Amino acid sequence: MQSYIDALIQNIGILQQVPPLIIYTAAILLGCAVVFGYISVVAMIMIYAERKVAGHMQSRYGPMRVGPHGILQSVADSIKLLLKEDTVPDKAHRFLFKLAPLLVFAGAFVPFAVLPFSEHLVISRMNIGIFYILSLAAIEVIGVIMAGWASGSKWSLYGGMRLAAQMVSYEIPMALAVLTVVAFSGHLGLHEITHAQGKWPWEWFASPLKSPFTAVGFVVFYIAGLASTKRLPFDLPEAESELVAGFHTEYSGMRFAYFFIGEYTAMYVVCAATAVLFLGGWNGPFPGVVNMLGKTFFLLFVMIWLRWTLPRLRIDQVIFVCLKVLLPISLICVIGAALQAVLF
Amino acid sequence: MLFDFANVLAFVLVSVAFIYGTLLATRLIRPKKYLRDKAAIYECGEPTIGSSWIRFNIRFYTIALVFLIFDVEVVFLFPVVVVLRQQGLLAFSEIVVFVVVLAVGLIYAWRFGNLDWIRGGEAKEELEDASEGKKTAYGSLEAGQEDLSK
Repeated sequence: MQSYIDALIQNIGILQQVPPLIIYTAAILLGCAVVFGYISVVAMIMIYAERKVAGHMQSRYGPMRVGPHGILQSVADSIKLLLKEDTVPDKAHRFLFKLAPLLVFAGAFVPFAVLPFSEHLVISRMNIGIFYILSLAAIEVIGVIMAGWASGSKWSLYGGMRLAAQMVSYEIPMALAVLTVVAFSGHLGLHEITHAQGKWPWEWFASPLKSPFTAVGFVVFYIAGLASTKRLPFDLPEAESELVAGFHTEYSGMRFAYFFIGEYTAMYVVCAATAVLFLGGWNGPFPGVVNMLGKTFFLLFVMIWLRWTLPRLRIDQVIFVCLKVLLPISLICVIGAALQAVLF
Repeated sequence: MLFDFANVLAFVLVSVAFIYGTLLATRLIRPKKYLRDKAAIYECGEPTIGSSWIRFNIRFYTIALVFLIFDVEVVFLFPVVVVLRQQGLLAFSEIVVFVVVLAVGLIYAWRFGNLDWIRGGEAKEELEDASEGKKTAYGSLEAGQEDLSK
């Protein structure tokens, strides 16, 4: 994006009179606002899509009353949440209780700074791109544990502790799966990783023809992504039939809405990161933006699909899948990918 | 480079501004009425008994320890893997040594049951029976069917 601003300054005479610092600040804030608007719209569409897909998968209609085929359901929901009272329980730790939604929301929103939409349509071409996304996922965990502990409710505490165990465990296979790709690209930046892949599916890292180890890494990364965004079959932290609503049992109104938006934003980040790392990002037969968004929304649809297909796991099964299945597999994949990268 | 990281700062500031902005704005339109029952903890409608900060399963600490070890491993692997192509077999052998040492630790933890959610004893057998469908919470299935046939 920086090159565009420089080009703008050079071509438009008036801008040369303004100090560059002001132009850069304005450009950065503008980019931020655009991305923010995009996320809000996408989150609303996804909440609607989830309910609609859920409905049709269970042979019902889903939301139908608000607007034609219920398309205004998300708008009605957000108005309702805006008008709801914001209650804080007497027993809660007030400061941490109020801070937790901020961490969850920021942890899901800030990764968008590096996510590319196409070759040139990207806010920040950071050289540590994927490492940055992984580290922000860890901040989100802190927010959720904080919410669980500070609510002063037993349901919340259980949900928070389960999530802590689940998210930190799945972070390891996820990071190891990223390493298989980095071994080939030799760079942590999302642009360099995308450039290491070609136009057609067999040139992507998800293809066994490119490397069998990154293909396995793709599966590991997506499963770990499901776990880290608390989606079924790994939605134990929220398990509505046993823990009421898990860590956000005590939240209401807008504070609950931040968790909700944060969850859907985190899903988008995981799917977009999967698309960039393993599915070739903006490479493909169509124009860049169409490829990238098509892959991302397809992965999002698979997430929703899985939610309404699979039953929930038990906590011991969740930990078993992570530590005894995914961890050894991803360790082998890292060594295999490193060997292939060195030899070929 | 500075521009790239200035964007991150802007994103953090915008998310903080959004949260506090909407909270301030909705303060004007949302109701605010304190009731003692409303501010109570939700626990199935019954009055809460005891503190909410109860003890939880010791397993969570083991998981945290395993995580700590492997997370450090991943952090150290990242720089080595990035320069893998330039350094060739030297970097590869370093990765192998590092991963193998930690894999031995994983095998050790596995062998001594530290990765199991329930360690040994009656509870584990019960869990295994339950997952094989032999026994339910109401006693064994066959016994129940025998009772019915009588």
